Amino acid sequence: MTNPAPSNILPGLRFRQRFPLLALILERLLLSVVLLFAVSILIFGGLEALPGDFATTYLGQSATPQAVANIRQDLGLDRPVTTRYVEWLGNAVQGDFGTSWASKNSVSEQIGKRLGNSLFLAGFAAVISVPLAVGLGMLSVHFRNRLPDKIINVISLAAISLPEFFIGYLLILFFAVKFGMATFPATVYDSMVFTERLKAIALPTATLVLVVLAHMMRMTRAAILSVMSSAYMETAELKGLSAFRAIVKHAAPNALAPIINVVALNLAYLVVGVVVVEVVFVYPGMGQYMVDAVTVRDMPVVQACGLIFAAVYILLNMMADILAIIANPRLRHPR
Amino acid sequence: MNDYSKYLASRVTAGGLSRREFMGRAMAAGITLAVADKLFTESAEAAEPKRGGHLKLGLEGGAATDSKDPAKFLSQFMFCVGRCWGDMLVESDPLTGAAVPALAESWEPSKDAVTWTFKIRKGVKFHDGKELTIDDVVATLKRHTDAKSESGALGVLGSIKEIKADGGNLVLTLSEGNADMPLLLSDYHLVIQPNGGVDDPLASIGTGPYKMTSFEPGVRATFEKNKDDWRSDRGYVDSIEIIGMNDATARIAALSSGQVHYINRVDPKTVNLLKRAPNVEILSTAGRGHYVFIMHCDKAPFDNNDLRLALKYAMDRETMVEKILGGYGKVGNDFPINATYALFPEGIEQRAYDPDKAAFHYKKSGHSGSVLLRTSEVAFPGAVDAAVLYQESCKKAGIEIEVKREPGDGYWTNVWNVQPFSTSYWGGRPTQDQMYSTAYLSTADWNDTRFKRPDFDKLLLEARAELDEAKRKEMYRTMAMMVRDEGGLILPMFNDFVNASTKQVKGYVHDIGNDMSNGYVATRVWLDA
Repeated sequence: MTNPAPSNILPGLRFRQRFPLLALILERLLLSVVLLFAVSILIFGGLEALPGDFATTYLGQSATPQAVANIRQDLGLDRPVTTRYVEWLGNAVQGDFGTSWASKNSVSEQIGKRLGNSLFLAGFAAVISVPLAVGLGMLSVHFRNRLPDKIINVISLAAISLPEFFIGYLLILFFAVKFGMATFPATVYDSMVFTERLKAIALPTATLVLVVLAHMMRMTRAAILSVMSSAYMETAELKGLSAFRAIVKHAAPNALAPIINVVALNLAYLVVGVVVVEVVFVYPGMGQYMVDAVTVRDMPVVQACGLIFAAVYILLNMMADILAIIANPRLRHPR
Repeated sequence: MNDYSKYLASRVTAGGLSRREFMGRAMAAGITLAVADKLFTESAEAAEPKRGGHLKLGLEGGAATDSKDPAKFLSQFMFCVGRCWGDMLVESDPLTGAAVPALAESWEPSKDAVTWTFKIRKGVKFHDGKELTIDDVVATLKRHTDAKSESGALGVLGSIKEIKADGGNLVLTLSEGNADMPLLLSDYHLVIQPNGGVDDPLASIGTGPYKMTSFEPGVRATFEKNKDDWRSDRGYVDSIEIIGMNDATARIAALSSGQVHYINRVDPKTVNLLKRAPNVEILSTAGRGHYVFIMHCDKAPFDNNDLRLALKYAMDRETMVEKILGGYGKVGNDFPINATYALFPEGIEQRAYDPDKAAFHYKKSGHSGSVLLRTSEVAFPGAVDAAVLYQESCKKAGIEIEVKREPGDGYWTNVWNVQPFSTSYWGGRPTQDQMYSTAYLSTADWNDTRFKRPDFDKLLLEARAELDEAKRKEMYRTMAMMVRDEGGLILPMFNDFVNASTKQVKGYVHDIGNDMSNGYVATRVWLDA
């Protein structure tokens, strides 16, 4: 037994043993790319299967067979699906999503703007809602089954039970129409100064915060509570730590993994799932862009939006996984 | 004050009608001299247009896919945007629908209406300071009439054979006589651009009252006053902002909170709620769009005129207007023309709901069993409800209608113009000739009622080239009667354009030409502080 053990193992495995964290992250990244690739096939195939096409929708009542054929040929729709898919994917990988069929503008350029707007709104909502949710969650654990806990629970449950368009309309009714305090519509544009921008997005941000708050808050509460029942928390209590300190110092870090997961899921929702909020508040983000494109079957735009939405979801989930692994070393060594 | 005098008054207020014209028209409409006089004074006092201010419009219909190229204007949003910065050769009179000069100062047809000579206005400047020339006009029309053009006006201009400049004049030669040629040039796609927009169709440079300062498709367009405008009777506000708002509730909220001054597409279902807001005015204008039930004249059982008549008499038009349009519309008379068209044939008896007559014709047709009607929400707003209402009114005449609800996706491809009995919608056309040519000529692509009559076709072509208005009106009357009594069209209602503004907005012109004051709303109104 003179040979050291590792030399007998495959190089990949050795790498994994030496850098378990890095290996896991790389694995996750690879998986994400494969997943994204699969999604791209689904998106392309799904859109192919949609009834109606751009030519007939765009021309509407003035669609003569000749005009439809012209447009289809113009756009290269007469070529086989696989050719078009490979071409599209090849360009998309390089960040080129082609030009919109309807407006003939560069899709990448337009998406740059719209995605920026969506991220701005989502980011702002996240900056408010994440600390608020985690804070409130800890607060309600601290006061569990007492009045503050109950109030927090009832309000957040009420907020999550209302559909977001309804919350939006209520906020508009009170803050814009009745009291005239808030700016409406929340249309933002290029030349807008930053403070104006913040004012404009106040109401949609409030709506989004209300929508995602309860989910994160309740998950925080549940996760911390489950940790609280473990033996080491009893020890903390017995050694005389104050209740709040015990929660922050000992319970919260150990409850991080599930909290990170639910936060990531909600962040993804803030970017991807806000179509309704964008429409209600007339906010020019990705959601509205995609809806506009779907109605006229502007495929390059729909495909690009779909792919980006998928990428956002996959990316945030991946980050949540990685963060959870960092937060909880036990996850690094799968059993 | 009746509707017509309201129209007249608003025209005075908008500064478009002199005292003499006003009195003449008002008295012709049966308003007494004293009342007319008072009305004129009041309207004229309100008339002093105020200049300045920032006008904000919230419009439905914008999309991220909108193009700045006038040839590709498609949405309501772009329709309105284009009218702010561009001019056509011809405009239509808001009140009568007749052609009135714009960039073309005057025009003259040849005797057979085949050759038209348009005199182009001198001293008009584009936004970039360049003077408008005949070459720009020729280039514009050539771009829109090119066979490969994707212009929305291509169909309208299909009969133009030759476009050329003759000195300062534009000479158009048509493949057949067309007395409506000037009106066709008022189409909103035909914005005159420098060199026809060939170099840069997206530049948005025109001769209109406003210069575009920013544009984000589907989001927002802004304009500033064009100081060198060649006309003084428009462009009262200093700047305009048009915001795309596709959500109906958002539009209403924005208007009632005073964040915008004007919105379009007010839902008939909520208009009564909106009316209660103290600072809001509902602006409802008679339009040419119509909701229809179409039968194929060449397919059984609808190839029997008695059955068609039975189904026409079984339509309760008043109830339709009241329930489906919320009262914001007019009853139809089974031909696709209403009083908003120039040369409307007056005095045709209004067909009313008559279960007895319906039962009589139904019996005479010899048909038995139910009649299948296909419908979908996309046919027109409330189409499914309308079909069920119709089913009820038919029941009283002993006619059984089976309503089949079709999916909205693919309705226009699989049902409309394919199935023998369905619900549908038609937007108006600028002229009667166009409306009939589009859907009632035997050879028309969208003859969705399969109305094929050589005598009708002949009359249509004759009327097109007829320059004598009285004769032409008589021809249109005959054609209307043919469609009404023998066609496959059941036309219960014409829908109004329902818009709303805050009370600050003054001088709104109820233009019969099209929605939103024929798209000119932003250039015609002013703001009262």
